Amino acid sequence: MKAFSYSFTFCCLLGLILLATTDGLAQVESSDSLLSPLLPPSEVIAEDHPGDAGGAIIVRWKLSPDEDRGVTGYEILRSTSPTGEFSSIGFAAAGSNRYIDANTEDSLTYYYKVLAIDVSKNVSESELSSPVRSSAQWFDFHLLNLLIIGGLICGAVIYFIAHAKKGKKLFLRKIAGLEAVDEAIGRATEMGRPILFIPGILDMDDVQTIAGITILGRVAKTIAQYDTKLNVPTSRSIVMSTAMETVKEAYISAGRADAYSEDFVHYVTDEQFGYVAAVDGIMVREKPATCFYIGAFFAESLIMAETGNSIGAIQIAGTAMPAQLPFFVAACDYTLIGEELFAASAYLSGEPKQLGSLKGQDVGKIIAMSAIVIGALLETFFAISGSSFFGSLAELVHKLFSIVAS
Amino acid sequence: MDSVFSHTIAAILTIGIISFLYKDNPLYKFCESLFIGVSAGYWFVQQYYANLLPKLFDNLGITKLVGAENAPEGALQALFLEGRLDDNLLYLIAGVLGVMMLLRLSPKIGWIARWPLAFTVGSSAGLYFITYFQSNAMSQLQHTILPLNSFNNLVLIVGTVTGIIYFYFSKEHKGVFGGAAKVGIYFLMITFGASFGYTVMSRMSLLIGRIDFLFGTWLGLVK
Repeated sequence: MKAFSYSFTFCCLLGLILLATTDGLAQVESSDSLLSPLLPPSEVIAEDHPGDAGGAIIVRWKLSPDEDRGVTGYEILRSTSPTGEFSSIGFAAAGSNRYIDANTEDSLTYYYKVLAIDVSKNVSESELSSPVRSSAQWFDFHLLNLLIIGGLICGAVIYFIAHAKKGKKLFLRKIAGLEAVDEAIGRATEMGRPILFIPGILDMDDVQTIAGITILGRVAKTIAQYDTKLNVPTSRSIVMSTAMETVKEAYISAGRADAYSEDFVHYVTDEQFGYVAAVDGIMVREKPATCFYIGAFFAESLIMAETGNSIGAIQIAGTAMPAQLPFFVAACDYTLIGEELFAASAYLSGEPKQLGSLKGQDVGKIIAMSAIVIGALLETFFAISGSSFFGSLAELVHKLFSIVAS
Repeated sequence: MDSVFSHTIAAILTIGIISFLYKDNPLYKFCESLFIGVSAGYWFVQQYYANLLPKLFDNLGITKLVGAENAPEGALQALFLEGRLDDNLLYLIAGVLGVMMLLRLSPKIGWIARWPLAFTVGSSAGLYFITYFQSNAMSQLQHTILPLNSFNNLVLIVGTVTGIIYFYFSKEHKGVFGGAAKVGIYFLMITFGASFGYTVMSRMSLLIGRIDFLFGTWLGLVK
């Protein structure tokens, strides 16, 4: 029994010693791995950023083999001389193998190094990159699909404009809100009250304002023929200048240059709600029989449309601002929704350029509808059958419409 | 004391603007005129300090030319003193276009004002073509090409295609095409309804903000 007890104690001690030794060895091995130098990133390649106007270089590298051993990120160093002083220009997070230096001068040659940094602030420096210069390119080939589809649509626009210029009739369906324009102007004439035209609150660089001013031209021409008073308060000085020119031309083309007054179009203020306060004041004091809200609008849309509604005016609105359309639909008699605004501009002017543009855009819509239907069917067949044939075709359609950042 | 005074002024102006809900009145007219006058003046000053001074006068060196202290040297100094063509000289084109715009004040040469307008409209249309085409057409198309294996995808695809059909102007809305366009306008109206409700709620929060100011900050009745 005693012998067994000694044997058991000896075995336990031996086991403990073995365990301690093994653990110790493991610790030594672990500490060895921490003490071993951090391996640097490799294969640092610096290239000119493609498809840009110059001033940018892309730096790529192969991740440090110690990436999983506490690397916190990579510091990018730059110099204009291989032996000169390198300065830090940026930091890329762990796992990143790409950095865009967007602050280069095209006339200078640059050299790059990448430092791997770990949690203990150990650093490890890569080899030097080859010399590189940034330069500008004429084309960004990442946007080739944009060029093709845009080119197709623009080609269709040019074709239809040429077609319209030859005097050939281009069919456009009737737009409900437009039929009410003449009726609304006639009503104001009968009632002897003015017509209020609000061309939105954005500047002439917004396409909706441009469409609004085009419609103003057609409205002003009819107003000139009917000899009704027009009031166009604007919130932008350039819009005021353009609206003045447009209304003046409309009066001249209607043969009523004598009836034109500089006071028809006037500036109020650029401030959104200051403008609204003024327009509301004009509405309740002048009581226009017809109010047009054609252009780009924001939060002021409902305030103006509700005031116009309260004075019993016929209201015709048109905007492509998705958030404001519900208010115009609710408070106005007719609303030109989204692209109807641009279509109305073409329809009213009857100009070959505008009509051709609209027809060309319809070609774009056919392309869009076809792509959605074909792409969705291919995706569905792929989801059902798992066939790589359908999968690759679906991917092709996706790629045709994808915008890849260069 | 200052805050009590400023809060009282703000409250009177708020009440003045809200009084429009009852009817047009002298207090509203006063507030309206004050608002327009102050905002127009503010925008002029803001435009001067945000655009005219730093972008035109400083970049060209006009500020330095008129003898302003600490004014930076601009493109004109670079041209005439160093014989160098500075990039900022391009601002001269913008300045000339701005002056051309003012020529409308003269009836004889007012036609010149059309040139800067044509430049603004034409360049904006050209510049925005790519941006709009990418975000409003290409990107939306790419994200609509989905398999028809869920109700959400089906709604998205049918809604988009019928919506485009509604905005197709080269064909009369009759027969099957007209039916599809009608489905498209239903989709639009449902979207508008949801958007309307959402925005009305956000407007209510604005109203609550003003009422909180009147009864809390100003009168101290709401803690």
